[in-house]
Amino acid sequence: MTPNTAQVTPAMAGPTGLSVRDRIRPDSVHGSLYTDPALFQLELERIWRRGWVYVGHESEVPRPNDFVMKSIGPEPLIMIRGKDGEIRLLHNRCPHRGNRVCMEEKGRSSVFMCPYHGWTFNTDGSLRAYPFPSGYEGVDKERFGLGQVARVESYRGFVFASLAEDGPTLAEHLGSARDSIDLLCSNSPTGEIEVTAGFLKHKVKSNWKFVAENETDGYHPSFVHGSIFQVADSGIGSLYNDKSDAVARYLGEGHSEIDLRPEFRKRGEPLSWFGTTAERLPDYVAQMEAANGVDEARRIMIDGTPHTMIFPNLFIAEIQLFVLQPTAVDETVQHVTALQFKGADDLNKRMRQQTMGSVGPAGFLLADDAEMYERTQLGAQALDPEWLFLGRGTGRERADEDGFLVGDATDETPSRGFWRHYADLMSDGAA
Amino acid sequence: MSVRDDLLLTRRIAQFLYREAEYADLHEYEEWEKLWEDDGIYWVPANGDGGDPDHEMSILYDNRSRIALRVKQLMTGRRLAQSPLSRLSRSVSNVRIVGREDDEIIVTANVLIFESHTRGEQTWGTRTEYRLRERDDDFRIVRKKVVLTNNHKALYTMAFLV
Ligand code: FES
Ligand SMILES: [Fe+2]
Repeated sequence: MTPNTAQVTPAMAGPTGLSVRDRIRPDSVHGSLYTDPALFQLELERIWRRGWVYVGHESEVPRPNDFVMKSIGPEPLIMIRGKDGEIRLLHNRCPHRGNRVCMEEKGRSSVFMCPYHGWTFNTDGSLRAYPFPSGYEGVDKERFGLGQVARVESYRGFVFASLAEDGPTLAEHLGSARDSIDLLCSNSPTGEIEVTAGFLKHKVKSNWKFVAENETDGYHPSFVHGSIFQVADSGIGSLYNDKSDAVARYLGEGHSEIDLRPEFRKRGEPLSWFGTTAERLPDYVAQMEAANGVDEARRIMIDGTPHTMIFPNLFIAEIQLFVLQPTAVDETVQHVTALQFKGADDLNKRMRQQTMGSVGPAGFLLADDAEMYERTQLGAQALDPEWLFLGRGTGRERADEDGFLVGDATDETPSRGFWRHYADLMSDGAA
Repeated sequence: MSVRDDLLLTRRIAQFLYREAEYADLHEYEEWEKLWEDDGIYWVPANGDGGDPDHEMSILYDNRSRIALRVKQLMTGRRLAQSPLSRLSRSVSNVRIVGREDDEIIVTANVLIFESHTRGEQTWGTRTEYRLRERDDDFRIVRKKVVLTNNHKALYTMAFLV
């Protein structure tokens, strides 16, 4: 444990006089969970540096020597595909004096040269050479590679990483969230997703947990997005009200989803989930039918893609992918892009267009979500009342046929699950 | 074109850009929207000067009907990111005619926008390129491309008309 986090232990009282567990009740959480800087440091340690975090997608580095800058929390990482085809995550920190070895957002290179004293590194992070080597007699070059993230693993092209050598496997961490990724991929005629449209980076003055919780909060759209629903009939509005048959589901391990399929099945129209029709995307429909058969393709295209928040930072939002990056206790960056289905050009174009309209700093939807994140961050600092109430739907929460906790579309089942998981991680088994 | 004609045109165009800036600053959305041609494109690239907007994400890439939708959303008065409204004042400078293509005049300018918002105060630097058409002694916008100086970094919400 690093010295700055050693001062905080779960049993210890924060500025509130409450331990982490004390700040989380079954139906409410204490405002300081979003504002306490010491707690943020502990989160970096316990959640971001210890657990599995989504970093990027294999399609972002298709060829050997391709690299792209990624992150785990505030820490920049170079995601690079080596000559051997292997994807690695290298810390962007020279082992000599700590300088950044790469200042490009993305590119292709077989070697990185630190500009300070000219040390060079291979794509697997190993030190290639240093200038004027005579001064380093007797020094073991092997010791001085770029730091490498201990565990890097993909699931269907989605690359996750853990800075810890040991701990749960990726399969254990993902658990049932893998079904969401499978469901997403099943909507691609090739079964493959690509992340090739570039990212918008939207910064908010808010704690990352307000952002994460909002992703599967089915209660807010009618209000926060009322302005766009009023002027554009997107078919989204009716999914999130007290008449909706959609369900909010807690998937375990901090993951949650709004399962909109019950609503889409009522409509029974392929591609209704995407606000369009089969006639408008004939190429995609033909590709799906060729790949799956007519009946199965129809079933998939009625159900659509998932709306799932994968703890702690990957949000699959039907046609978009959001990556949450906490940069400070009260600052978060949402990296967002349009999902692309490999080979589905007509659908992809529409996904890019819709994504650009909806998300990012000027998006019809996300600009307003962001406003709420920032105002709740201000509110969480107030002292009366100190608690945030997350009890919506507690009385009607139930187990579904697979044993998952579900609530109605507008219920706070996902948030309550998130906080139970958070309490476990943050108190490290302590009561 | 004579020097005199050139000066006159530059001045008329600058006056037009100042007017556009004022409508945007004062949230006079309907007046602002009237400045657009039917084939207008309103583009704010992300991550640099702008690659291919049909293939890469932009902060904003509106065709004419999406410009109309943006205005309509603002006009509801319920667009939370603009409720309360940002208070804005922008300066348009370095106005230059840099070329012509068919009936379009290509104009560049630097626009510096000061915004006061619930979140705080912020300055937005831009290099802006306009394509204008002359219409009844006035101009209309065919394309407005706004390159934010800091668009390679993460940006706060900007739901006002930039
Ligand atoms: S800090 Fe990198 S070579 Fe000196
Ligand atoms: Fe939202």
